[in-house]
Amino acid sequence: MIKVNTEPHPWYSGMTVRSLLDEKLFTFRHIIVRVNGEYVPEEEYERFAIQDEDDVIVLHLMAGG
Amino acid sequence: MGTILKDYSYTPAKIERGYSGKSLYINVSDLRIEEKEVTDFMKEKFTGGKGFDLWYLWNAVTPQTRWNSPENEIVMSVGPLGGITQYSGTGKTLVAAISPLTGIPIDSNAGGYFGPLLKFSGWDAFELQGKSDKDILIFIDGNNGRIQIEEADEYPEDSHLLAEELTRKFSENEDDMVNVSVVCTGSAAKHGYMGMLNFSFYDPRRKVCRFKQAARGGLGTILRDKKVKALVVKYKGVTPNLNNAADLSTINKVGVKYHKQMHDLDSKQNKMRQIGTANTVMIMSQYDLLPTRNFQTGGDPEVVKISPDVFINEWLTQGLHDGCWYGCTMSCAKCADHFLLTSGPYAGERVTVDGPEYECVAGLGSNLGIFDPQAILEENFYCDTYGIDLISFATTVAFIMECYEREQIGPDHTGGLELRFGNKYAVLELLHQMSRGEGFGRLVGLGIRNLKKIFVEQFGADADLLEDIGMETKGLEYAEYSHKESLAQQGGFAMATKGPQHDEAWLIFMDMVNKQIPTFEDKANALYYFPMFRTWFGLVGLCKLPWNDIVPADNYKTDSPAKVPEHVQNYVDIFNAVTGQNIDKDELILQSERVYQFQRVFSVRMGKGERKDDYPPYRSLGPVTPEEYLSRQDLYDKQLREYQGLDPDSMDLDEKIAATRRYREDQYEQLMDAVYRRRGWTNNGIPTPEKLKAIGMDLPQLLEVIEPKL
Repeated sequence: MIKVNTEPHPWYSGMTVRSLLDEKLFTFRHIIVRVNGEYVPEEEYERFAIQDEDDVIVLHLMAGG
Repeated sequence: MGTILKDYSYTPAKIERGYSGKSLYINVSDLRIEEKEVTDFMKEKFTGGKGFDLWYLWNAVTPQTRWNSPENEIVMSVGPLGGITQYSGTGKTLVAAISPLTGIPIDSNAGGYFGPLLKFSGWDAFELQGKSDKDILIFIDGNNGRIQIEEADEYPEDSHLLAEELTRKFSENEDDMVNVSVVCTGSAAKHGYMGMLNFSFYDPRRKVCRFKQAARGGLGTILRDKKVKALVVKYKGVTPNLNNAADLSTINKVGVKYHKQMHDLDSKQNKMRQIGTANTVMIMSQYDLLPTRNFQTGGDPEVVKISPDVFINEWLTQGLHDGCWYGCTMSCAKCADHFLLTSGPYAGERVTVDGPEYECVAGLGSNLGIFDPQAILEENFYCDTYGIDLISFATTVAFIMECYEREQIGPDHTGGLELRFGNKYAVLELLHQMSRGEGFGRLVGLGIRNLKKIFVEQFGADADLLEDIGMETKGLEYAEYSHKESLAQQGGFAMATKGPQHDEAWLIFMDMVNKQIPTFEDKANALYYFPMFRTWFGLVGLCKLPWNDIVPADNYKTDSPAKVPEHVQNYVDIFNAVTGQNIDKDELILQSERVYQFQRVFSVRMGKGERKDDYPPYRSLGPVTPEEYLSRQDLYDKQLREYQGLDPDSMDLDEKIAATRRYREDQYEQLMDAVYRRRGWTNNGIPTPEKLKAIGMDLPQLLEVIEPKL
């Protein structure tokens, strides 16, 4: 189990930032991803592996019109 | 040319550090024109823009004033930063009046050239009071220091014709047309309460007048009630430092840094330069936030037909500069050129359609069940030229369509119009009826609060159902975001001072997706900071979009990326550089809070602004109908288990809906308590004397309003 934006989320072997975003339907382009407090650049989403019990923050940067 | 009724000469004041120090007062009852001093008191307490508007309005009206009372004013001001050309989004005009929809002060803002040219003509603010007995227009010639009021019977009413004709009339030649800006409305404004104001700017490449709108709250209705057809300003000679800034080099430096971000990052972030605010339509649908069929659901598979790519590839002209004031590199005022109209009095003509902005696609599209870009653009055009606030119109028609589909009203009431979701022909016909002041369209313009009463009392509709599904608070229709799953945004809308517009706070992602503000206190803090911060744009004459629709590449490193700290510092730096003051980001919030709390007290003075006025319709909080519950059944069942310890498997649907409602209404009450505490209000929503004193707003006239309420 991992945490995604403070809430529990099932973990599976081979999970990456990209696969997690796809699973969560986080399609918004303008986001910040931090895993255990570490910033993950967009170019690393495909290969950045998420480990069991990681704390993942996906900040959507939108504050409306 | 119409008969000149008044000819007035003045000496245009020189602008120093963002202020001309003068405001213009015109009473159209007796054609009185006066010049007023902008005092240090006004600058200290109200800063400018919306602050000046509300202060003048406060002094013009009484608690008995109604929207159509002669003493009601339309006040407009651009603010001390308005008109600088080195940063993006610096041409906003703020407008205020007592609204026909709400009965309390409404404020609305628009781009276009009017506000800056008004200031360069020597006026920090403009008060329009009284009621004329004949159609007139007011022309302000800022170069020659002259104001003329003339009869305007012969001019057309609809904005695309009127602005074009007046721009030509007051220009010496084609090149001169960019120096003229017109404020006008349209033929529908006088037939309802949701008339808006168009602010023009001439586009020399397309050779048409373009428009931005001060749309909310019926300002155009008031303009026509005063029998003013148009306000026209002309000023030739815009240069980069007409504000006589204290420190031009800092403004230049901040501007260059910002424009580089825009150049480098916009295509990777929000594509504002390609599509403008409509870039978010697909995102809203994917996150279950796009209002669909009167806010019943948050998206629809058909939304792909009205996606940003469709508008970019098939409808909107690309590659032309689309800023609504000089120097804006965000350039988001997109438009569809040579658009062929298929209905109404201009059927068969090709026109330029300004937009569509997000609210247009969501409101006139998905919220009406219309997934046809051509229909949306035609609705967009007619709302604009007829002078109709498309948000109020769209949300009202969505309500009507749901009433129709739930058999609360029928064809006997609508003049035979089949007002079902998706019927684009019926929507266009309603617009044309509103323009003519005929048929069911005439009722539409009264807005949801009035329609609920009519449908119940005259048509026998179910009052409880209509209260639940009519998306209005304080009499103003909701802006176009579905927000049932964000408690913070429920408060952001319903506790907004003027009514449910999202320019105070848009917290849906922070709350619902990011989970950054889980507690009542966290939400209350957000509902303190963001309204206070965002109010500031309206004090100084700036557009909010450049703040956070593009952010620095290293914004992620900051402690509070949602606030975009670098851009906040830009605003502090620019304010200081223009005015010569020395504020910091906390003082910026203080400037805002003075006006924010003043506006709340103003609403109290006018009979609203208490706890009873801050309740949303239940559609805002949760599922009203079985279909809504079932559309998110997994989520709602989960919440029954986790939040209330209930077993949804042992409950029928009505029980589940009722339990969800009890819980959510209680959550909203607790949010109100927390927000009121954070804003320094009593439990009844009244600003306390202690709060007013702490921010330097314990003025005798404000204390006189609140003390009986304590």
